[in-house]
Amino acid sequence: MTKSVMIVGVGGQGSLLASKLLGRLLTNEGYDVKVSEVHGMSQRGGSVVTYVRFGEKVYSPIVTRGEADIIISFEKLEAARYAPYLKKGGKLVVNTQQIDPMPVIIGAATYPEGVLDELTAKGVDVDALDALSLAEEAGSSKAVNIVLMGKAAKYFDIPYDRWISAIENTVAERFVEMNKKAFDLGFHA
Amino acid sequence: MKKLMIGNQAVAAGLHDGGLGVVSSYPGTPSTEITEFLAKYDDIHSEWAPNEKVACEVAFGASLAGARSACAMKHVGLNVAADPLFTLSYTGVNGGMVICVADDPAMHSSQNEQDSRHYAIASKVPMLEPADSAEAYLFAKTAFELSERFDTPVLLRMCTRIAHSQSVVETSEAVPAVLKDYEKNPQKYIMMPGNAIKRHPVVEARTEAIREFSENCIYNTVEYADGDIGIITSGCSYLYVKEALGDSVSILKIGMPNPLPEKTIKEFASKVKKLYVIEELDPVIENYVKSLGIDCVGKEIFSALGEFSQATIAAAFGKEAPEAVSADSAVPNRPPMMCAGCPHRGMFYILAKNKITVLGDIGCYTLGAVPPLNALDSTLCMGASVSGLHGFNLARGNEAERKSVAVIGDSTFMHSGMTGLVNVAYNATNSTVIILDNSITGMTGHQQNPTTGYNIKGDPAAKVDLEALCRALGINRVTVVDPYDLAACEKVLKEELAAEEPSVIISRRPCVLLKSVKLEAPLKVVSDKCRSCKKCMTLGCPAISMKDGKAHIDNTLCVGCGVCKQLCHFDAIV
Repeated sequence: MTKSVMIVGVGGQGSLLASKLLGRLLTNEGYDVKVSEVHGMSQRGGSVVTYVRFGEKVYSPIVTRGEADIIISFEKLEAARYAPYLKKGGKLVVNTQQIDPMPVIIGAATYPEGVLDELTAKGVDVDALDALSLAEEAGSSKAVNIVLMGKAAKYFDIPYDRWISAIENTVAERFVEMNKKAFDLGFHA
Repeated sequence: MKKLMIGNQAVAAGLHDGGLGVVSSYPGTPSTEITEFLAKYDDIHSEWAPNEKVACEVAFGASLAGARSACAMKHVGLNVAADPLFTLSYTGVNGGMVICVADDPAMHSSQNEQDSRHYAIASKVPMLEPADSAEAYLFAKTAFELSERFDTPVLLRMCTRIAHSQSVVETSEAVPAVLKDYEKNPQKYIMMPGNAIKRHPVVEARTEAIREFSENCIYNTVEYADGDIGIITSGCSYLYVKEALGDSVSILKIGMPNPLPEKTIKEFASKVKKLYVIEELDPVIENYVKSLGIDCVGKEIFSALGEFSQATIAAAFGKEAPEAVSADSAVPNRPPMMCAGCPHRGMFYILAKNKITVLGDIGCYTLGAVPPLNALDSTLCMGASVSGLHGFNLARGNEAERKSVAVIGDSTFMHSGMTGLVNVAYNATNSTVIILDNSITGMTGHQQNPTTGYNIKGDPAAKVDLEALCRALGINRVTVVDPYDLAACEKVLKEELAAEEPSVIISRRPCVLLKSVKLEAPLKVVSDKCRSCKKCMTLGCPAISMKDGKAHIDNTLCVGCGVCKQLCHFDAIV
């Protein structure tokens, strides 16, 4: 059975590294894997989405509405945007950070502050955390991506040590210790 | 070895392992990484050319010389390279030649949604279309054999979902690069009428020979199932069909969309009761199937717009969509925008403030079009800002000349802005062209270009002197300004718009995302001094927002460019 994961956020938040880590880990675990990224204009502060699918044999590289087993969102509004992609019983892991999009900045739209509570009330399994604070605790605000992977790890049937070795093989050597700490903080959050 | 690769990396590996000697490309999403990955191989000559036409002609020259060669571009890049393509079809090749072209259905990062298969048909050149990274590797690698066997360049069509999706690739043994002999052959390579007229029948015969080959090639495959339904499909549409319908339908998967296999299609159609053609964008396969007198269902239910997904296919075959939960609150859009500290912002602010008509171009600075700046009037294609401005001014005369500019990036100016500027000088409009020189090709992810002083490997290279170049093209008034200095920008703009001759303003400041750029400390708002006038908000900087009625600067985004500080009348930004 193919599993579908979405990593969503704001261009520039580091979602490509997260999908690279996950892709490598799942390949190491022996799955057929497809990871679909978006490059180019959307990366300039726009809404970005990466699809990761794994199983015995994966065809489509993308995830459609009501299909995702896990959504990992780097930002609250993006969690709300992609929530309809979650399947019934799926998990929504979300960083509570709020990044205002331009329509909100210029006053043309309102940021839906309480949207996570709203989703929870509708039966969505929301697992929220302040990943930015944990990333800063680990040593860099840029490690939000790895903190979130730590938080999401429990929804994958893959032992902690395998994640750590995938981190060691994915990030630049001088950042390995910091990212291992970030993963651990997310994992225990 | 098995490895997870994006489609573009797999193309690069395939080209390399197929014996590639020379690659020349111009960056363009979603094709860029093909050449970036090729640049990592030391046994290949790789380069960024100023545009796709040059790149394609470099690949032609290398092929003529006996090397296996390639070029890569996005779909609209093939418009630029179309001139060499159509006659390359007549000359054929010496060393195998592959032209990689990446389409962008749904326009993730493009100005149109054109279907490059039409080029294969129009230029009578075979085209291959992989559906995942493993095929991208295989098709790229074997494309050279196809090219040399049939004496033709080969088009390799990618699309965003294949180019930027990672899937598992198992590479095979590399074919060593060989330099074939070069022998002068005017009848084949000098395409003047007397020779070209003899090549055209060769091209027509070649298409039929390749069609015959395609009936039994590795690129087109057939899977029969028990049911009545047969589907002819290709590329990522095949993946969506398999995802949605599994093994319940018969499938003819087309990996060579030109020329299409007539006999294979007829045989497949004869073995199914109901035939569908499922392809993204235009009905290329469908029209061919119908031209054979075969009835099929295609574009009447599968749109010519955008991308498909497994959900598109499932819905068309009557499957119920899975349950989905949405928030009731409105979810505001998050459009892309210029980064905090982007050097383009200051110039766009001044242009918007002065209500200037701005003919734009292709690059990050297209984002000058979005609110609140709304600074652009047009964006067409690479270089069209400069030539378009000249036409605009010809039509509307002196009044327009004083209120209109073109904006074009450094890389885009090298690509095809120069010729437009020659025309401005030669045919004399008092046009004002602003070169937004951020010292890099930005939107595609920081590629070097002839103005940066570095080549694709990052080694020092000849650097075009933009000021001297513009003067040499016939422009006497060339001014350089720092876009972080709003007063200077406004002064120069007003002077050059008033000038009674054409002028170029070079707005120069490196892209803030470049590692070589030293960032300043973030600014902050002194709350007591902020009068909530929202003047700073008119810049559209993502780092500035209103919090509790006062301006607020996000210190994780601000790079201290200081442009907002120049707008604040109350010295509230420090």
